[in-house]
Amino acid sequence: MSVLVYTESENGKFKKTALEVASYAKAVADQMGTSVTAIAFNASDVSALGNHGVDKVLKVTNSQLESFNAKAYASAIAQATKNEGAQVVVVSSSADSKYLAPLLAIELQAGYASNVVEAPSSVSPFTVKRTAFTNKAFNSTAINTDVKLVGVSKNAFGLVESSGSATAEDFSPSIPELGVSVESVDKVTGKVTIADAEIVVSGGRGLKGPENWGMIEELADVLGAATACSKPVSDLGWRPHSEHVGQTGKPVASNLYIAVGISGAIQHLAGINASKVKVVINTDPEAPFFKAADYGIVGDAFEVVPKLIENLKAFKAQQ
Amino acid sequence: MKILVCISHVPDTTSKINFTDNDTQFDTNGVQFVINPNDEFGLTRAMWFKEKQGANVTVANVGGPETEPTLRKALAIGADSAIRVNTAAKDGFQVAKELAKVVQDGGYDLVIAGRESIDYNGGMVPGMLAGLTNANFVNNCISLEVDGNNAKAVREIDGGKETVSTSLPLVIGGQKGLVEESDLRIPNMRGIMMARQKPLQVVEPANAQAETDSVKFEKPAPKGAVKLVDADNVQELVNLLHNEAKVI
Repeated sequence: MSVLVYTESENGKFKKTALEVASYAKAVADQMGTSVTAIAFNASDVSALGNHGVDKVLKVTNSQLESFNAKAYASAIAQATKNEGAQVVVVSSSADSKYLAPLLAIELQAGYASNVVEAPSSVSPFTVKRTAFTNKAFNSTAINTDVKLVGVSKNAFGLVESSGSATAEDFSPSIPELGVSVESVDKVTGKVTIADAEIVVSGGRGLKGPENWGMIEELADVLGAATACSKPVSDLGWRPHSEHVGQTGKPVASNLYIAVGISGAIQHLAGINASKVKVVINTDPEAPFFKAADYGIVGDAFEVVPKLIENLKAFKAQQ
Repeated sequence: MKILVCISHVPDTTSKINFTDNDTQFDTNGVQFVINPNDEFGLTRAMWFKEKQGANVTVANVGGPETEPTLRKALAIGADSAIRVNTAAKDGFQVAKELAKVVQDGGYDLVIAGRESIDYNGGMVPGMLAGLTNANFVNNCISLEVDGNNAKAVREIDGGKETVSTSLPLVIGGQKGLVEESDLRIPNMRGIMMARQKPLQVVEPANAQAETDSVKFEKPAPKGAVKLVDADNVQELVNLLHNEAKVI
């Protein structure tokens, strides 16, 4: 029995998504009348997991697994699943989780539902609600296999704190031949990434040129937000591709998404509409983004954004 | 090098998303179908391997006869041959198992699939295919070079990218970056004419079973109208975001 959850950490510290999937696993375990076991790689302090519903943590400490390897991690999680006799395995929607989940599904012969947004509506048959058609619809999916694999959408279930504490146990899985080895990692440091951001500030072609991004960055700074851009902006080379959000770019599921000078093409909206609150600033009141947004200002970004920065600074100073 | 490009036949992004049969089936009425965008980036990269390294490129799809125009389009773009596995699959697992048989029968060195389809967004076929065929796997792949049996790939990670080395046989989950949007090819008349002569083989399914059932679809609740704030009263937006939306 039990529900197994893969909790991701970075530099030994658990990510927010790890606590979110732990909270989700707890909800599933409560429905099934069982406990939650987490598997964590090279993490030291596991108390944060105990505060989010985890009863037991399997700690894997192995220098071979220092950089993420989907095959090895999937194999380790599969071994833990079998040892624990877990019936449900929960992962997140991070790039790494989405990388290993299909491999894990094959190892476990488990049916896999990704982008799940709610706790199961029923555990027998095991039925979950997931997004489909790039957030334009939901799909209830029943998983029919003995072991079920659930990938939870980012920022959909939220964090649920509990007062419990987790016991830790060392776990030493066997490591398969890796097949893929990391040569180098190029990671932005000191900046909030789109994947982790609670708030994303995004600029479009309405900003007229890359030289005008200073105010987008300043607005992001004030809010502790990540910066992003629309597809034309990345195609024009004004901003790096890694900032492109939308259907063919990165998906965004932040609490707040602020679009400046973005008209809101359907491909753009498809990538960002999992965000909870959307704000648009655009000169054109007919811009499609106004139909998708919660709040909007019809106005010139070059006037509105500096005022917004000023007001936010005053607001932050009061907090 | 033998390359298989997996092609998903998906509704165009601008399609209206509706459901029929008591919200259990996608309503294809009036919907234009296209090559899944993530697959098209991979197909275009495959064309580069064909032109520069003499690779042979086959495209494959699991689906009914209605998906053939999408395969013909891939042939018109430049693929050498096409395979359609004649079954309407119920989930990604079933698709992956059917494609695994195609890969094993055809002895492909490199399989290029899109990181996810824009309809069901499962994001599982490439990885499952790698698992089923014991191939190496790189997901969210934004750059791929192959030299003999060795491959160098770049994958997008949260907050950056990672360069990896691996070897064939290899499956990638591809996306934009493998080629740029401007590199995508629109089939020309000659390509369309040639595509009619190219082999499109229909194979019967291996009768793989699905492991999940789609129970029901629903559309999100309609969104309320946008709340407009006057451009001269930006402070009001800050108040709303703090007091009403509670996001700052």
